This record gives sequence, C-alpha cells and structure tokens, in this order.
Amino acid sequence: MKTIIKNIKVLGSSEDKIYIAEGKFSAAFDESEADEIIDGKGAAAVPGLVDMHCHLREPGGEYKETIATGTASAAKGGYTSVCPMPNTNPVADNAAVISGIIKKAKEAGNCRVYPIGAATKDINGELISEMGLMKEAGIVAVSDDGKPIKNAGIMRKVMEYASDFDLPVLNHCEDKSLSEGSMNEGEVSTSIGLRGIPTAAEDIMIARDIILSEYLDIPVHICHVSTKGGIRMIREAKARGVKVTCETCPHYFTMTDKLCENYDTNYKMHPPLRSEEDRLAVIEGIKDGTVDAIATDNAPHHQDEKDCEFQVALNGILGSETAFALGYTYLVKTNEISLDRLVELMSKAPSDILKLGRGTLDIGEDADLALFDLDHEFTFDKNKMLSKSRNTPYDGWKLYGETILTIMGGKITYEKLQ
Amino acid sequence: MGLKSKDLLGMKQLTAEEIMEILDTAKTMKLVISSANKKTSHLQGKSVVTLFYENSTRTRLSFELASKYMGSASANISTSGSSVNKGESLLDTARTIDMMGTDIIIMRHNHSGAPHFIAPHLKASVVNAGDGMNEHPTQALLDMLTMYERFDTFEGKNIAICGDIYHSRVVRSNAIGLTKLGANVSVYGPKTMMPVGIEKMGVRIADSVADCVRDADAVMGLRVQLERQQKSLFPSIAEYSHFYAITPEMLALAKPDAFLMHPGPCNHGVELPTAVYDCDQSVINEQVTNGVAVRMAVLYLLMARRNNL
Repeated sequence: MKTIIKNIKVLGSSEDKIYIAEGKFSAAFDESEADEIIDGKGAAAVPGLVDMHCHLREPGGEYKETIATGTASAAKGGYTSVCPMPNTNPVADNAAVISGIIKKAKEAGNCRVYPIGAATKDINGELISEMGLMKEAGIVAVSDDGKPIKNAGIMRKVMEYASDFDLPVLNHCEDKSLSEGSMNEGEVSTSIGLRGIPTAAEDIMIARDIILSEYLDIPVHICHVSTKGGIRMIREAKARGVKVTCETCPHYFTMTDKLCENYDTNYKMHPPLRSEEDRLAVIEGIKDGTVDAIATDNAPHHQDEKDCEFQVALNGILGSETAFALGYTYLVKTNEISLDRLVELMSKAPSDILKLGRGTLDIGEDADLALFDLDHEFTFDKNKMLSKSRNTPYDGWKLYGETILTIMGGKITYEKLQ
Repeated sequence: MGLKSKDLLGMKQLTAEEIMEILDTAKTMKLVISSANKKTSHLQGKSVVTLFYENSTRTRLSFELASKYMGSASANISTSGSSVNKGESLLDTARTIDMMGTDIIIMRHNHSGAPHFIAPHLKASVVNAGDGMNEHPTQALLDMLTMYERFDTFEGKNIAICGDIYHSRVVRSNAIGLTKLGANVSVYGPKTMMPVGIEKMGVRIADSVADCVRDADAVMGLRVQLERQQKSLFPSIAEYSHFYAITPEMLALAKPDAFLMHPGPCNHGVELPTAVYDCDQSVINEQVTNGVAVRMAVLYLLMARRNNL
C-alpha cells in the first residue's frame, strides 16, 4: 500500500507532499506508483500527537467511555498515541488489566495505546505495584494519578523501584490535607461560598517531589501543573540540573476560576482552574521551556455525574478533541510560541519523556501524522464529538486548527467529512 | 413592580432598587403581622413548597407562616443529607415538585449553588433559603429591614460583623446587600475562619473585635458552631468567648445609639454573653418578626412578577 498526501504544508520543511509506503514514511516515489492520493487542501501536516495523560475509563467506566470511543475521540483530535491513566475499575495495577487494555486498543485500532500502570497497589499510596511485570505487559510509566502519593517515604520507594525498570514516575501533586474544596481558593471561591483548593496544596507536593528527585538523582514528572509557584519551582530546579519534567493542560492556559461563578460543573477539574496570575505563569512556563509537554487529562464523565450540585459533580473535562485547536488558537495565533514548538510539546516531547519514539515525520518511521486546517475558524460543537461523554466547557468556542485527517501507521483513523 | 428575575437566588442577583422595593414592601407586610386578622389574599390560589435539605426551625417556620398569612396552599418537604445519599437526584426531586403545579419552591441546601443549578430547569420560582456557604438572601433582607427601620439611609453607615466569617452565608449576603446600598461593612473573626479574598467583596477586615465594632451603627454577632473545635478552627469555647465575643465593653465602643443583631440561634456565653443578648440595644427578637415580613414581601413580589407575565 502506497499513499501520497499532497497539497500540504509539512512542518519543519518546504515540502508539500508526504509519501507513505507499507505504513512507514517513505522517500518520494512517482504518483503512478501510489494506490491512493490524498489532497490535503493546504492543511498543515505534523507528526501524530502524543497524549501522555488521559483517561479512557475502560475497564469499569464503560458508561462514560470505552477504549474504542476514547481512542476515536483522540484520533479526531489528531492523536496517534495516548497514555491512559490507571484509575480504572479494577485499577490497572497488574499485568492482566494492562494486557486487557492493550488487547482492546489493538482491536479498536484508532490509536497506539501505551498504558500507565498504578504506582501503588489499588492506587492507595501504600504498597508499590508489580511494576516489572506490568512493564513486560506494556506500561510506559507509573502513576497514581487522581490520587497523590501522600507519604514521602512511599514516594521515595516508588521512584527507586520504578528506576530499576527505567519507568518514569508521574505524580499528581496535591497535599490533600490542605485541599478539602471543589475549586481554586481565592476571591471567587469566597464570593460564591465554595471551599477552596489553595495553590499551596499543589506547590507543597511539587516541592517535595523536586527535593526527592534531587536527593535520589532519579527523574520525576509532575502532572498537570496549574500554579505560578509550581512553574517557578520547576524552572529553578531545572536550572540546578534536577531531572524534573512537567506537563500542563489546555484548560490551564485558556481559562480561570472566574468561570466557576455560575456553578457550571464543566469548569470543575483537578487541579482546579486557577487565577489569571497562574494562567499567565503557565503560559510563561510554556514559552521558556519550563513546561515540557501539553497533555489533555481527558476525563470523560456521564451527564448525571456533571448535571448536579457543584460540590457533588465529578472532577474533569474532555480534552482530546480540543487540545490542538486550543494550543494553536491561544498560544500560536497569539504569538506566544511557534507552531513547531506547539507540535513538539504535543508529540515529540511527551514521547521522549516516556521513551515512545514517536513525534517524527522521518523517513522509515511509522507513518503517524495529523493534518490541521490552520486558516479557517471553526465553532467547536460538543454534539459532534466522538467521545461517549459531553463534559466539555468549550462548546461554542471559536477556534483555529480543526483536524482534517489523522493517520496512524499509514492507516486513516480520522477523516473530516468534506 | 415586582422583581426582574423569576427567582431569588441571592443578593448578588438583586439591584439596589430591588432591595429597597423589598424593604418598603416588607414594612407594609409588618402591619399585617401585627394586626388582629393576619390574612391577606396575595397568594390565594397559589402553592408554595418548602424543600429543606438542612435542618432549620426559624427560617422554615418563618417562610411557612409568611405564605400562610398570605393565603397560599403550602407544603413542606424536609430531608436530611444530600440528594445523592437519597438516591434521587436534586434535579429529579425539584422537577417532580415543579410538575405538581407549584408556584414557588423555597429551598435550603447544604451545597452552595444548588438553587442556581435547579432554577433554570423549573417553571416555579426558586427562593434560596440558604445554600451551603454561599448566600442566605432573606436573612440579609431581614437584617437590612431591621436597620432600615432605624436608619433613613444605608449610605455611609458602619456595620460590624464578628465571628465565623468563613462558613457564613449570612455574612456573604449581608456584605453584598449592604455594600450595594452604600454602607461600610467591617468583618472580624479568628483568621482560621476568615476566607481568602473577602476584602474583594468590598468589606474591611478589622484587626480586632474592638477595631471592628468601633463607631459602628449596627453590630452583628454570628453563631459559631461548637463542633468547629474538632477541626482546629478555634481551641476552646473559653478561648473563643474571651477573645472573640461581643462583650458589653466592646459594644460600648460602637456609636451610642448602635444596636445589636444576631441571626440566631445564639450560643449564649460564647459569641454573646447573655447580658448582651438581652440588653436594651439588642434587636434580636425583632429580627425574627422582620423575617416573616421580609419573606412575605419576597413571596408577594415574586408572585406579582409571575402574575404579570
């Protein structure tokens, strides 16, 4: 099978065509040899995106999302590789669950799925998990995402043991003793009478993890950084040579806690939307390289779990189908960063942290790519989402960077109907 | 005449003019309460339901009497705990009440924003009778009525509020309402019970009870929940009453004609010594009567809006 995609702007080159042969990027060949010629209509071609942090909900949460629907949704966002977090039911803390996830993902065939295993058994922060056996089954990192590893002694053992298997440790940083609330603590939470989650709750655990990483000389990755203080500490630690990396998510650079004012639960997530000062600090961190990657923390929830009192509603929003367009509209079109840098943050950089070998258009590599229309504004419509859930705050937002086509290993996984 | 919105969700949603209209209407309603024949026909043929997810004696009775004095058919539902524990969602419960032909649903809920969440889904008007730590608008309105009977204007008046500011929906509603009408609001309590950024609501954070109360035209004490000791918000009742109570000496720092208020129920000897509760400056019992008057006014104005549509 040979494919030519023509009439495109290939990222990082002056080429206007991409050649694919037998699922790999290929050197140029004649149109007469092609089985298929795709007209990209002037779209930008970039390496398939890599989401290092998402929730596919299967097993156990199939009423919210399945591996098949979650990866179809990711493909619509231009993703070709996704890393689901282990907070499923049962928890992905053993090789059997991991193997099941990988098998279902292969059957669906929408994305490469690289599961993240639980760092501790049942993600309860007490006993380290069977990381080695899970690695044999296919995990690429360990995390107790959603639950912070609160005990510093356990965190140390997780980092030490994971390093034996060369597995990155990704931590959701939050000191729960400080965060009994449902939104950011500040003037908005005070005004609308909701208990707050202070930035200090996140910052304290980021500080702890940086100290452990420096002391042990073992890498640590901080999930979804949302605070000015967190960005500052990670920047300082990197300057000292500490092996700390971090990600943020589009909601932390596009929205603030002010949006919670009407108790709309589609603005409820963990960490919570922060202040404008924090939002600007996250953008600064993206610009100066403090932030290594942009992930989605895509978190599908059923309507009933969001259509309720704010304090009762579950945390998290959908993100796969909006991430690139939000990054393009709010970081590139605003001249904060280049398109090349955005794509790096969303493909090669997360791939490098997890050693996936993705995020490239090099000849000979697997043909994973996405085409985005950068020239035309579109209105994001939640009713057209491929996710089973609808918990997005971005319905009706006018954005640039709509996905036109996604290809994984030479196979079309998403195509916008013309 | 009437209110702009279908619902009374909070003081945030009311304009200064609407607040004054409610207070003026309440003054008239107070005449009904003090008359021999406590009956009007303003709500005749209308139905009012109270839906309380939290315990309440005075607020609930106050609403119930207000609606009965005005001739409505009324019913009461009380359920402890959250809607989730009950198995039926809040929205389903509210829709069920709505579909029985209810005109006004008066709701108290332990979660902030619960009335804001259901109101757009219902034909009935929703009155917030207290939502979590957010607002308690009819309490603020009755407090303001009590002040309005003594002031000719709120402009430039100094109002001191002392106690557990963090958990208090009474403080939030009063701060919003009073500042909208030009009053100066000072608040004071232990720092463990002072919410971050309260000054952004336009109030002054005082340094001490004395600083809060000095030159006040009205002083308001707040109930402190004694179980908050278990969460380390204050160490003991003895220490709280020693440092944070409104004592006769503190009250003497206010203006000579200042009066003392408390939303009730009061912990005697904790936030207020009994002698202060019962002193000549105390208007605490009158607040209770004003509560009924204000709630009659709110029900009347919401119904007037419904009738005009």
